[in-house]
Amino acid sequence: MEGIAAYMERPVSNTESGTEETEQKEVYDVVMIGAGPAGLAAAAAAKEEGAGRVLVIDRDSAGGGILQQCIHPGFGLTYYREELTGPEYAGRFLTKAADEQAEFLLNTMVLEINPAKRTLLCSSQEHGMMQIQAKAIVLAMGCRERTRANIRIPGTRPSGIYTAGAAQRLINRQNIMPGKKAVILGSGDIGMIMARRMTLEGAEVTAVVEIMDYLAGLTRNRVQCLDDFGIPLLLSHTVTKIVGNRRIEGVWVSQVDEKREPISGTERYYPCDTLLLSVGLIPENELSRTAGVETDPVTGGPVVDQHMQTSAEGIFACGNVVHVNDLADNVSLESERAGRAAARYAAGKLCRGLRERADGQIPCIAGENIRYICPQRIAAPAGDEDVSVYFRVSRPDRDVRIIARLNGEIIASRREMRVNPGEMLSLLLPGSRIAAGELTICVMKE
Amino acid sequence: MYHTDIVIVGAGAVGTAIARELSKYEVKVLVVDKRDDVGGDASKSNSSIICSGFDCPPDTLESMLCLAQRSMIEQLVKELDIPFRVCGAIMPAVTKEQYDLLPGIYREAYRNHVYDVEYVSPKQILEMEPEVNPDVLGGLYIPRDAVIDPFLFVVAQAENAACNGVEFLLNCQVTGIGRGNGKIETVETTRGTIYTKYVINAAGLFCDDIAEMAGERDFVVKPRKGQFFILDKNTPCKISHIIYPIPTPETRGKLLLPTIHGNILLGPTAEDLDDKEDHSVTAQELEGVARDCRRLVPNIRVQDAVTQYCGLRPNRIPAGFHIGLSEQTKGYLGISGVRSTGISTSLGIAKYVVNMLQEAGANLPFKFDYVRTRKGIPCFREADMKTRMALQKENPLYGKVICRCETVTEAEILEAIHRPVGATTVDGIKRRVRAGMGRCQGGFCGPQVIEILARELHIPVEEVNKNLEGSYMVEGLLRGAGTGKGGR
Repeated sequence: MEGIAAYMERPVSNTESGTEETEQKEVYDVVMIGAGPAGLAAAAAAKEEGAGRVLVIDRDSAGGGILQQCIHPGFGLTYYREELTGPEYAGRFLTKAADEQAEFLLNTMVLEINPAKRTLLCSSQEHGMMQIQAKAIVLAMGCRERTRANIRIPGTRPSGIYTAGAAQRLINRQNIMPGKKAVILGSGDIGMIMARRMTLEGAEVTAVVEIMDYLAGLTRNRVQCLDDFGIPLLLSHTVTKIVGNRRIEGVWVSQVDEKREPISGTERYYPCDTLLLSVGLIPENELSRTAGVETDPVTGGPVVDQHMQTSAEGIFACGNVVHVNDLADNVSLESERAGRAAARYAAGKLCRGLRERADGQIPCIAGENIRYICPQRIAAPAGDEDVSVYFRVSRPDRDVRIIARLNGEIIASRREMRVNPGEMLSLLLPGSRIAAGELTICVMKE
Repeated sequence: MYHTDIVIVGAGAVGTAIARELSKYEVKVLVVDKRDDVGGDASKSNSSIICSGFDCPPDTLESMLCLAQRSMIEQLVKELDIPFRVCGAIMPAVTKEQYDLLPGIYREAYRNHVYDVEYVSPKQILEMEPEVNPDVLGGLYIPRDAVIDPFLFVVAQAENAACNGVEFLLNCQVTGIGRGNGKIETVETTRGTIYTKYVINAAGLFCDDIAEMAGERDFVVKPRKGQFFILDKNTPCKISHIIYPIPTPETRGKLLLPTIHGNILLGPTAEDLDDKEDHSVTAQELEGVARDCRRLVPNIRVQDAVTQYCGLRPNRIPAGFHIGLSEQTKGYLGISGVRSTGISTSLGIAKYVVNMLQEAGANLPFKFDYVRTRKGIPCFREADMKTRMALQKENPLYGKVICRCETVTEAEILEAIHRPVGATTVDGIKRRVRAGMGRCQGGFCGPQVIEILARELHIPVEEVNKNLEGSYMVEGLLRGAGTGKGGR
């Protein structure tokens, strides 16, 4: 737990700020909204890039975001080349941000962003309403879990139905056990990790049920969290009905056909007192909406360029608020780019939002078996800077080549033995070859 | 053991309105309900409309009470600070058959004394409501149909009644009614015997069971299920009026409306059942809601649903409002047949019931120190900057946001718990201040709300319920955590 505890009560530097528009506001070069892996990495990078005052705001009482409850290992393998738990990984970045003199404003909720003035309206128990002025803003609010309503599970509405992340918070942060016999719907990473966690805490996990015919999360989580504990994974199955009027008493599970419709005759009843949902994550962009940034209907997050700048000038975004990442390490790397770019913007070295330079933009188009690409646009010319693009495939495949074409010409490609929608892929595009036009990424059979 | 003058069985819209009406008089009133909270069943799970009564069966008690309530509601929502908006309703006809039904509906409105219903042209409809099906052939405009917060409608009246001396006994199921010498003597409950002179049966879905206990059952109540969707506030296809379908002989059909809190509501279905405990939503019926609503508003995005729910309307057989004092058992007053217009008629019913008691000779002197008004819990989300700052100055917990989707602060949650007839459950908080009502459905704030309830009610976390007894939220503390007491 290095790091986190030390910054729990970190005092805020003079933010007895103006609450009325007429009063004086605290002015910062770069402000991060969210102290999760995205906000922390962006803050440290912004400082390294030479930004003056950098502030990280979070509604929680401690930094680290969701990593605080991710007490399992598996973090840092890419970034630090060692295996850390979530709190340890967050602690490294907290230390880094604090060493760089980034300031923290915790227990504070940002209510609104005014994109024209680039001000943030915030509320906290300690300071009440306050306004903060930023030269550049980095959106780093992360994502939320899809709920029962999003996937429309029929049946009653008893207690005992939790998203996997809510259950994780209860167990790992609040020392509270949600139930003792669970079914988990969805094979997302949090769902599989919670299958293991519930088992370790003495609960019985009778099944992990996945509607698709492939795993939603990482293969390593299947091995370490399900296989190692003998928890059955039912692919091509779904929960068709919830039973119980007070506490959940059980669920009906059916096999599904290729159209994901339940096959009659395959129903099976699973008694349980808990149903955990791990059925996808949605970037949390309610604040981005107040800032008027353009969003991508596929990712649910802001449209960004390679500097992670959104369509609103001076407003950047990184991490799961942009697109849902598979690994925190990828979030950190992406957020460092956002933090550096925001610092450069605040210093007047990087100008113009996406909207202002429509002529110089290269759209990134998702081709065959690509679900989405981030960034959605590349600001050209990219100069000497190579550009990393991240993407996910729509369906699993094997022995394929991933190809990036600019105006029809291949500028980067890579062979992959297996591709899986649960795992994010990336390609490095050489800066020297990026010029005006249209970029397409596709997956081709080798 | 309790002693009172009047027992009201059922704390739904009707029971609570009667309680508030009776609280104006010097009489002891006790409201009992088997649920954890006021708000009943159909009263909390409905389409949240205060109807002008234009489409009631004409010349009925229902029609009369709907009309009577519409004259009182605007004063009530002011007195009790209840969210209410007269948004008006449009009834568009999208087929020739439907178009041909409009004159009949118009005439029926007239017969119901709702004189402000007007014909509207397709052009006028699309100007008022651009998202309506462009194939619309014409329709009716019903200007005084309104939307309300159905939970706060009941909660506010309960709080006001409690503040005027009415007692509420919740988690209390009636198990028998004792009669002797041709009159009511006791009400037996799971929380003990209540000695009383009067019993008012406002038990809604279960009013036939209560009537049976009083030897007054000459009807049955079957549940008629209504399933609904609530859409995210950010859904792009917006409407600003209630949009009614043209009714069929079987049902009023599935409507769309902008809720008082800025969501869009779709529904309900009308499914006749036998099981009064069947609160399940079904894929097929919800698909029917989506399909029917898309006929009226083609671009509506059902995929933006934040929740689905159902309510059970008490369908009396034989149908029709029946409100009356028993002839063989003095002191028993039965209310049955209140089905779809419960929140639209409850104030009317309350006046009607109290008048009936007075005419029958009940001694009801007016209470001089009656408190007419109630203030709602100040809502941070809707407050302007000045109000927010004032609230925070008064109570810094108004700065601490617990529910991020609906921007609900800890101060509001604490007040919901500590008010008279306060919230004791997760759903009780959700209905009073909307924590957990938003797009994450309590995924983020739920775990915190559980801890707040346990702390404020001085109970272990495993005793925090979602709603009814037995709907526990969590198993208990982890093995070895805290007091070492954990586990169920």
